[in-house]
Amino acid sequence: MAVTRMFGASVKRREDARMMTGRAHYTDDVRRNHTVHMSVVRSPYAHANITNIDSSEAAQMPGVVGVFTGADLVDDVAPVPCAWLLPDCNLKVPEYRAIAVDKARFVGDPVAVVIAEDRYQAEDAADAVKVSYEPLDVVTNQEAAVKDGAPQLYDDVPNNLAFQWKLSGGNFEEANQSADIRISQRFVNQRLIPNAMETRGVLADYNPGSGSLEVWLTSQNPHIHRLLLSAVTGIPEMNIRVDSTDVGGGFGSKIPLYGGEMIACGIAKKLGKPVKWMESRRENYVTTAHGRDHIDYVDLAATSDGKITGIRVEAYANHGAYLSTAAPGVPTWLFGTMLSGPYKIPNIECTMNGVLTNTTTTDAYRGAGRPEATYLLERMMDLLAKETGLDPVEVRRRNFIQPDEFPYTVATTLQYDSGNYDAALDQALEMVGYEELRKKQEDLRSQGRYLGIGFSTYVEVCGLAPSSAAGMMGFQGGLWESATVRVHPSGKATVLTGASPHGQGEETTFAQLVSHETGIPFHDIEIVHGDTDRIPFGWGTYGSRSTAVGGSAIVYASRNIVEKAKRFAAHMLESSPEDIDFNDGVFSVKGSPERSKTIQDVALAAHLAWDLPEGEKPGLEDSYFFDPTNFTFPFGTHICVVEVDAETGTTEVQKYVAVDDLGNVINPMIVDGQVHGGIAQGLAQALYEYAAYDEGGQLLTGSMMDYCVPKFEHIPHMDVGRTVTTTPVNPMGLKGAGETGTIASTPAVVNAIIDALSPLGIKHMDMPFTPQRVWEAIQERKGS
Amino acid sequence: MKHEITVTVNGTKHTSEVDSRMLLVHYIRDVLNLTGTHVGCDTSQCGACTILFNGKAVKCCTMLAAQADGAEIMTIEGLAKNGDLHPIQEGFWEEHGLQCGFCTPGMIMASYDLLQRIPNPDEQQIRHNLEGNLCRCTGYQNIVKSVQFASKKMSGAPGDD
Repeated sequence: MAVTRMFGASVKRREDARMMTGRAHYTDDVRRNHTVHMSVVRSPYAHANITNIDSSEAAQMPGVVGVFTGADLVDDVAPVPCAWLLPDCNLKVPEYRAIAVDKARFVGDPVAVVIAEDRYQAEDAADAVKVSYEPLDVVTNQEAAVKDGAPQLYDDVPNNLAFQWKLSGGNFEEANQSADIRISQRFVNQRLIPNAMETRGVLADYNPGSGSLEVWLTSQNPHIHRLLLSAVTGIPEMNIRVDSTDVGGGFGSKIPLYGGEMIACGIAKKLGKPVKWMESRRENYVTTAHGRDHIDYVDLAATSDGKITGIRVEAYANHGAYLSTAAPGVPTWLFGTMLSGPYKIPNIECTMNGVLTNTTTTDAYRGAGRPEATYLLERMMDLLAKETGLDPVEVRRRNFIQPDEFPYTVATTLQYDSGNYDAALDQALEMVGYEELRKKQEDLRSQGRYLGIGFSTYVEVCGLAPSSAAGMMGFQGGLWESATVRVHPSGKATVLTGASPHGQGEETTFAQLVSHETGIPFHDIEIVHGDTDRIPFGWGTYGSRSTAVGGSAIVYASRNIVEKAKRFAAHMLESSPEDIDFNDGVFSVKGSPERSKTIQDVALAAHLAWDLPEGEKPGLEDSYFFDPTNFTFPFGTHICVVEVDAETGTTEVQKYVAVDDLGNVINPMIVDGQVHGGIAQGLAQALYEYAAYDEGGQLLTGSMMDYCVPKFEHIPHMDVGRTVTTTPVNPMGLKGAGETGTIASTPAVVNAIIDALSPLGIKHMDMPFTPQRVWEAIQERKGS
Repeated sequence: MKHEITVTVNGTKHTSEVDSRMLLVHYIRDVLNLTGTHVGCDTSQCGACTILFNGKAVKCCTMLAAQADGAEIMTIEGLAKNGDLHPIQEGFWEEHGLQCGFCTPGMIMASYDLLQRIPNPDEQQIRHNLEGNLCRCTGYQNIVKSVQFASKKMSGAPGDD
């Protein structure tokens, strides 16, 4: 391998240059001549029969090109697909029309669209579409929805139960019978709204002359969207181009294919004109998939000295009114398999009920299933510490999988690749100054003040995924990744990646990788992503997979390039490949370093092809499809220190320490940024965020005025550290960094607050810990 | 109703006829085709559309184009001069103050306003003064460092903006 300083260097991001000068091209920035604009008429009722739609007035308004109802488009656009078909759990996928036909099932369900020459006209006309509804009874809560007699969303989904998924390893019942300690707790993992700063949108341009469709799309996985758009519009896949080069954040919410985007494509084909639709933020709140929304009943069995012998989870996931693209996989495979955390738990049982309600759909949101598993497990660890009288640090240590036990197969069947959990915990304890903090806590308690220290010693599953595992889980796709490395005659390189970064910085880190492997200077390497016309099929960016999987494909393609170039260099130097050294982009004859050729010399010779080595083809290019043999398992310890003001219920985060082990790190600056952002989102779940519905199914937190997306002053300073335990799963020995912060931080913050309030006898409260909730809990305890 | 407005944007004078109800942000984006100014919400919370309006930071989704008659506007496209980045842009680059980049133009323009008023802000002042701008990617920590970087650089080179 070539050795340069690129791997491990905090290189400044090259994508920044266009983003901070206003020269990026997000979907809404793309301009096409003769574009018409779409506006969506949405149901104001959470559950209602649509009895009549009168668009006669709207159709006559200035600039209006057309008004379309669901019935008008039934033959043009197929239903919204669900792509995670869980096997063996009686899965029922209800028909999900892009525009509701006959019945609306959540507030915001589209009932018609208006196309007009500009957006103002389209919105005026949408207001003039008269829809008559017959309101039906509404159910928004998943536990209520499965009860007999609850309002039914579909005739063919009894009790609104879309599936019941089970996973078990060992025998929990036996463990529970013989346990010294049994702890039961119900957890509400509240619904969150992703709030990428760019809303969803699409510009769809169909050319009737060529039969081709160009689509600029806010997507985390443009190839998946191209495939699905082909399926729902009937336009052949090779005639569709999806471009998602610049996307303003996703956090999972831009994985699914949504009805709005499908309709815009269908109408573009019908009209032969470019159709643009950008969600307003309020539309984004009600129509872009939400995250989390579990109710988890947890039973834990343990010995009197704090060793866990079993855990059982019976849970209800709220999927909203329809099953979104990846929805069924999130609260099942991405949740249940992670219930062992970093601990040795021989007996695990999980039952997940997937429930349909009159709410917005839910799907992957940063962490997707893993935050929910980590949250309940880390809360149970603290309850176990309380029950045994052990320090929360000690109870964790007693259950950790040990470094010499990897690869370690947990009861849920996953095989963890590598780990050293005590090392990360030790470093975090040192960074936070644990012993002194406990003394300080004691002092403050004697003054009637509430300081709390909270831990989260997490492990997560990243690098999704071996394609065979995807198939076994019912995911209707592969999860390998593609790369093409193309060295031009000038020795400069273009790299095509199927990963689709939208903030993660891979235009930079992937160029570092190629430079590291080939010795081609960083600035001579272009990374191309997001454009399905330029790059081979790929599966996109989610599940902390881009670098672990997509980066691996790039490394192997680069190594194949170097191998071929070495054969060319040997020929040019009249030597044999075995006698050639390769170092930092230079091939030289062993023992005669002055006899050398650069990779640029070779690139030119390979393209000129005047004198090819025997059996060689011209050119210097390689395509590689990397399918990992296993997931990766990053881990670490987060510690949060809070003080709760008992007079106001306000929580102040005084210190936040994160020690993450992500394996090797290509660009520490970028990884720190990923960790910061992840922590902010997880901490915001603990303290601020909550999608609230009223009984009629209206989203009460339906705008940025009502839903607390954290501001500058809501997020504390974070101290970030790292340990390094490499993984054998990929050639870089790295694990993934995109979701760790979100997965780890929520329980660290909650455990800190509960620790602070423990003198009042408070053992558990549900999130978010708003001042009002905390104040009320304190008053209740003080009063009793 | 139509209004004729004359606006100077990034040093160039434009005269246009606009509808009464056209938002200033749509004028900038859709009439002038300066798409660096973004729309991230519809309640004036996010700050992605922040520009400098007569020298002060304004969320231009809260203004009508008609109100801009006679105004001097600077958008993100006008900040770098002759290809040289402004120190605030340098700060965001050096300190990794952006990820997806969608909030960045507004964040930079709001920072510009802040540094005019408070040339050497401490962390608390930065957090307080930029609270009208939301970022979902960075957790804000590196934006604070970006503004500090710019502040140092700008105070070290008096007269440079």
